[in-house]
Amino acid sequence: MAFLSIEKLVKTFGTQTTVKGVDLAVERGEFVTLLGPSGCGKTTILRMVAGFETATSGTIRIDGKDVTDLKPNQRNIGMVFQAYALFPNMSVADNIAFGLKVAKKSSAEIAARVKEMLELIKLPQLGERYPYQLSGGQQQRVALARALAVKPQILLLDEPLSALDAKIRISLRDEIRAVQRSLGITTIFVTHDQEEALSMSDRICVMNEGHIEQLGTPFEVYNYPTTRFVASFVGTLNIVNGKVADSATGKLLVDGQEIVTSRSLNGASTGDALSLALRPEALTMGRANGLSNNLDGTIDEVHFLGSVVRIRVKFKDSAISLDTFNKPHLPPPERGQPVTVNFGREDILVLDGAPN
Amino acid sequence: MTNSSITDTNFSTAAVRPRPISWSWLGVVPFLLFTLMFLLLPAANLIIGAFQDAAGNFTLQNIANLSQPTILRAYQMSIGISAASAFLGAVIGFALALAAVLGRLPRWVRPSLMTFSGVASQFAGVPLAFAFLATLGRTGLVTALLFNIFGINIYRYGFNLLSFSGLTLTYLYFQIPLMVLILTPALDGLKREWREASAILGASTWQYWRMIALPILWPSLLGAFMLLFANSFGAIATAYALTGSSLNIITILLYAQIRGDVLHDPNLGYALALGMILITGISNGIYIWLSSRTGRWIR
Amino acid sequence: MKQSRIAPWIGVIFGAIYFLVPLIATFEFSLRMERGRYSFEAYRIVLGDPNFQASFGYSAFIAVCTIIVGVALVVPTAYVVQLKLPKLRPVIEFLTLLPLVIPAIVIVFGYLRMYNSSSWLPLTGSARGTDVLLTFSYVTLALPYMYRSVDTGLRAIDVRTLTEAAQSLGSSWPRILLTVILPNVRVAVLSGSFLTFAIVIGEFTMASLLNRPAFGPYLQLIGANRAYEPAALAIIAFAITWACMGLINLFGAMGQQTQRR
Ligand SMILES: Nc1ncnc2c1ncn2[C@@H]1O[C@H](COP(=O)(O)OP(=O)(O)O)[C@@H](O)[C@H]1O
Ligand SMILES: [Mg+2]
Repeated sequence: MAFLSIEKLVKTFGTQTTVKGVDLAVERGEFVTLLGPSGCGKTTILRMVAGFETATSGTIRIDGKDVTDLKPNQRNIGMVFQAYALFPNMSVADNIAFGLKVAKKSSAEIAARVKEMLELIKLPQLGERYPYQLSGGQQQRVALARALAVKPQILLLDEPLSALDAKIRISLRDEIRAVQRSLGITTIFVTHDQEEALSMSDRICVMNEGHIEQLGTPFEVYNYPTTRFVASFVGTLNIVNGKVADSATGKLLVDGQEIVTSRSLNGASTGDALSLALRPEALTMGRANGLSNNLDGTIDEVHFLGSVVRIRVKFKDSAISLDTFNKPHLPPPERGQPVTVNFGREDILVLDGAPN
Repeated sequence: MTNSSITDTNFSTAAVRPRPISWSWLGVVPFLLFTLMFLLLPAANLIIGAFQDAAGNFTLQNIANLSQPTILRAYQMSIGISAASAFLGAVIGFALALAAVLGRLPRWVRPSLMTFSGVASQFAGVPLAFAFLATLGRTGLVTALLFNIFGINIYRYGFNLLSFSGLTLTYLYFQIPLMVLILTPALDGLKREWREASAILGASTWQYWRMIALPILWPSLLGAFMLLFANSFGAIATAYALTGSSLNIITILLYAQIRGDVLHDPNLGYALALGMILITGISNGIYIWLSSRTGRWIR
Repeated sequence: MKQSRIAPWIGVIFGAIYFLVPLIATFEFSLRMERGRYSFEAYRIVLGDPNFQASFGYSAFIAVCTIIVGVALVVPTAYVVQLKLPKLRPVIEFLTLLPLVIPAIVIVFGYLRMYNSSSWLPLTGSARGTDVLLTFSYVTLALPYMYRSVDTGLRAIDVRTLTEAAQSLGSSWPRILLTVILPNVRVAVLSGSFLTFAIVIGEFTMASLLNRPAFGPYLQLIGANRAYEPAALAIIAFAITWACMGLINLFGAMGQQTQRR
């Protein structure tokens, strides 16, 4: 049985159902991310796990024990909030010691544990500082240490990086993951940032409007999205409209040009309209032979992004973006130039649902 | 404010006039002059007067004269009423603010309470005395109701509106709302995450209040208490309208002294005023000292 | 995390009783002038009293003067402190809070000593001079409220950008204050003004000690000599205070609306 198991969890605020029957099983030591747009109910799930909200129905079990109706202070869970949750009237050391003090641990034990935690978050010198004297990144590391000091069974992180600037966000990302690995603590991480989710998680739980769209490893979620929502929410995606030319051989028509897919057509038959998705990094410029697909178009826009150059290619009715690496000796192509784009048969994602 | 130096240079280059700095001083000089002439110097003048005799020579006699029993009792009474009304006002006002901010009451309660507090906190002076006379005076409505319905004559039981308890009760009418007005924003400043973080770390509600919320609120509470204290310590109109000069509190004594009704010794009056400044000054000193000891974490 | 809802309700109900009962009692009392029936006789007498009209008019006039002087003093100061002299902020704030610490009776006592008819600036020597002194004493009384209100209002707008925009169009400093800054803190100034009015209109100590025929001393005089009229006056005074606060809320709400648009 999973270490943390959530079954048929529902939360209703007044007339609005925010969490619509969520099932989630997290293994011991696993790092699972709840990923979804703002307002989809991620925080609400986390707050029910923590005990700040009471579930309307459903159960939450930790290590086999039903905790659905326990108070937060009886759950032995650690939580890191989005921002500003350090106690401003306490020094860093006192913040970290808080949970231990409340648990009536001996002062020698507290001191040792605080020291250990400060070293874990690489701020051994800052124990005497007050929160306002720390940068945002340091504050969040202290918050992490405070949550971990009491050796919780589960660690919950609610968008802990959103309030920080980009550089620190990325370095702290790795740090959190390293700490989590070294302690082997079961973790649920909430974010709306797909890059964060992809880079940190063992598994990602993509959410939309209160339910789970897909649960899988970052690799699965990115490469084999099972729903249109997941395909468009995770990663950048080109969506083009096509028509099934021959359902038996996987022949499709896009703007009058013929391509072939090796993936399932999700039950579409010859003549049906379809939405197709292509990742920018799966596309290459130039004509390819063999089993690849080719589409002829003209270059519409060129965005120089540094290491990557993003190029928009226009066909008759649709357009797609593709990425090429920047090469110093090879200036990027110019607008209006004719171009051929090629991609593999397996790179075409067929989205379910009719095109809109 | 952080980039003031940068913008200052912008100003000097952009301004047409040769010495732009003079303009900014022109904005504050009238204010400083005004506070000097009509706030600081008059107070200083009294303090000096307290150490002079009628001929203008230095003396400590005025200060010594303060030890007359009437004067000492007046100070005592004033401090007692102020402390009692400030303390009760602070406690009750804090409780009301708590109920409004954290009590999960219907939406309309809070704005109503705030508006009403705004009015009641300014409803002081003579009319307040009238209102309490009409309520709890010998012929007041509540006095009459208590007697007619319950057969209780509160004046029989030692209650007197024209006394320590009566005046304290009256002052509470503006002290409580004042506390509500000051403390509501402070309570709003308590972040939900602090309570939740403490709960998830195993703390009880009581531990949250003792270790986090109260220490954070402490400077606000203390400051509000001091303000309430000074507020009733310097008040005179209500007491005067309520009791005439029969109640021996320091403001009424000083008032009578200024009107020349009693003592005919202006320099003693200055000493009385000095005593009042000292008391409010010292109480504020205590406040600053206490809050600087406890508020190291404040920016 | 659910807490019981009983205690907060008890608190609020207790508060409501404490604050409403005296008002109700006073109102009831004010209606009792004629034996055996309720009437507005007390109000009729009070409102018809020429002394009421004169003293109220006088106090209202002084209140308006106080507001004008107060705004003229506070707005430029708060503006300059915010924009150019932030280092002065602690000093200015300390000064504006002093009137909450030094009792009014002490301040006016100091005036009597400093500005009496035999002093270097004999303001109390003439009625006009005393009016000026009374106005100034009210400015000090209202200073904490006026300053806070204006300062908060200035913080809410982007003083710097507005000033720079006006400057780039060639406006001079006094013009900027009058035509750009003042309209933008109109709501804050109005709030401070109404609060000032509420404080000043019934003020007793200063008017009485400076011997001016103001509304506060008139109230006290009636209170000492009449039975039912004081209750009517208390209700009138409460209504005035309430009107001032109501106007503050009204303008506050309007200000928020215009900002949102
Ligand atoms: N206490 C509450 N009362 C009413 N509605 C709430 C409450 N908490 C959250 N909601 C609603 O639930 C929805 C989901 O919120 P949340 O879980 O915070 O989303 P997310 O964290 O994914 O951005 C939002 O529409 C929000 O308005
Ligand atoms: Mg959220």
